Amino acid sequence: MTDDAAVEAPVTLRETRETSAASPARLDTHALNAYFGAVHAIKDVTLALPDRRVTAVIGPSGCGKSTFLRCLNRMHETIPGTRVSGRVLLDGADIYAPGSNPIRVRRHIGMVFQRPTPFPTMSVRDNVAAGLRILGKDTPGKRETDAIVERALQRAALWEEVKDRLGASATALSGGQQQRLCIARALATEPEVLLLDEPTASLDPLSTQRVEELVYELRRDMTVVIVTHNMQQAARVSDMTAFFLSGEMVEAAPTRALFTTPADQRTEAYITGRFG
Amino acid sequence: MSTPLVARPQVPPRRPRPSQSQRAFAERTQRTLWRRRLVNRVMVVILGTAAIVATLPLLFILFHLVKEGASAISLDFFTRMPKPVGEAGGGLANGIVGTLILVGVAAAIGLPIGVGAGLYLAENGRTRLANTVRFLSDVLNGLPSIVMGIFAWQFLVRPIGHFSALAGSVALAAMMIPMVTRTTEEMVRLVPVALREAALALGYTRWRTSLTVVLRTATAGIVTGALVAIARIAGETAPLLFTAFGNQFWSVRLSEPIAALPLQIFTYAVSPYDEWHALAWAGALVLIALVLLISLAARFATRARFGGMGD
Repeated sequence: MTDDAAVEAPVTLRETRETSAASPARLDTHALNAYFGAVHAIKDVTLALPDRRVTAVIGPSGCGKSTFLRCLNRMHETIPGTRVSGRVLLDGADIYAPGSNPIRVRRHIGMVFQRPTPFPTMSVRDNVAAGLRILGKDTPGKRETDAIVERALQRAALWEEVKDRLGASATALSGGQQQRLCIARALATEPEVLLLDEPTASLDPLSTQRVEELVYELRRDMTVVIVTHNMQQAARVSDMTAFFLSGEMVEAAPTRALFTTPADQRTEAYITGRFG
Repeated sequence: MSTPLVARPQVPPRRPRPSQSQRAFAERTQRTLWRRRLVNRVMVVILGTAAIVATLPLLFILFHLVKEGASAISLDFFTRMPKPVGEAGGGLANGIVGTLILVGVAAAIGLPIGVGAGLYLAENGRTRLANTVRFLSDVLNGLPSIVMGIFAWQFLVRPIGHFSALAGSVALAAMMIPMVTRTTEEMVRLVPVALREAALALGYTRWRTSLTVVLRTATAGIVTGALVAIARIAGETAPLLFTAFGNQFWSVRLSEPIAALPLQIFTYAVSPYDEWHALAWAGALVLIALVLLISLAARFATRARFGGMGD
């Protein structure tokens, strides 16, 4: 399993894209507020998401952790009646600045959802290549696309399982495979940041383990933010953990510190299972 | 085949009583069971009969059409023009081609508008315009087809001054649009929001998401809806009466009156000549075969596993 992920893809074709990842990407939020109509869902969250680390966002249902994640790639605003204020800096540039294009932002900040969302009309290969096709004149040619697809599938630890059926419908894969396919699809465009919204909530324990191992591997070359209900999962995969409660960020600290010596009483109450 | 006893908690008798009450209970249970079995049988027979009766008209029509019309069907029927009264032979080539042209042009007009409108309704469902369009489209769907003919006559035949195939197609398209609009809307609504969000999160623009992900996912359903709509308008007579009008001669021009199978069936069926009656039967048979073929194609389209993948 980890062996697959560790297999290095032929790098030759990818050299040019690698250079952009060399400059450290980092995501910062400053006084971030999000609203659903009149409901104040995220209150004044200021948080730095360290580069090449996994940050876990935990908290009870409805605490705003998914909304927070969706603010990071401007997906929140796709729901009618929603509003965002404050700043989110990607490499120091505010993604909410006037003139900033949400489409472009989302190409740099990938996202994977709770339920696997392969495009049912597309083959396995075309699903992974979906994000490459819309790059306009930067869309790679067929051979380069094939190489990128293979590499993305290898990084998502799915290559060995699907290499003989790249032309098959993506819906023919199992749930766990579909989720890794979605991760591969998000990785294909080489985003600087990957947002995972409860990526294992609909998976069985074995598939969950695979995705967790994958997340652990991904930190090598990107910034990962993972929302999870599962505190063990947060403890297993993350370097830093942020605890959310009713729209506020209560505490953010290195994972080990947060779980062993929480600074806030509410955090302690939550992680010791007194509520939520 | 053993039927389990009716599940009823067997209360242990408080006093050790003779088996009389127990026997009575068993008897009652048996009777209940009997009644239930009887009711079950009766209902199955009634519903089964209803199901058979529902398909009887089609079987009856098919049987009758084949009996009366099959003799008139030959190669000539498809390739020859109608002969004047009294001459034997001849076919309905002009009507068959005319119907294909009328339906083809109607589909060319109606499908893009219907699919576009349906997509709009599904994507902007809550706006006032969408609600109005949805309501009007339902009204339009229930409008008698002859009214569509009058509409096309008023707007195309009268200003131009003569009947034309185009007017007929427009009337048919007007019938088709609300059907296609509503099925498209339904099918697009079935596409999960999660899929839309996945595309947006990849950096797809909104229109691109709609066209390449949402519409494509809904394609099988939309194609079925479109084929059903085409099958329905193919047999329409009323909208053509004073638009396409019919034509005794060979014409494939959109600006001229054009022959159509339903019109020819009507004309020939009410004529007093036996040869024409046979042609009318055969025409009806061909028309039904055409509709059947389209329905089968619709079946096939829905079964297609995943829409033809490109590159």
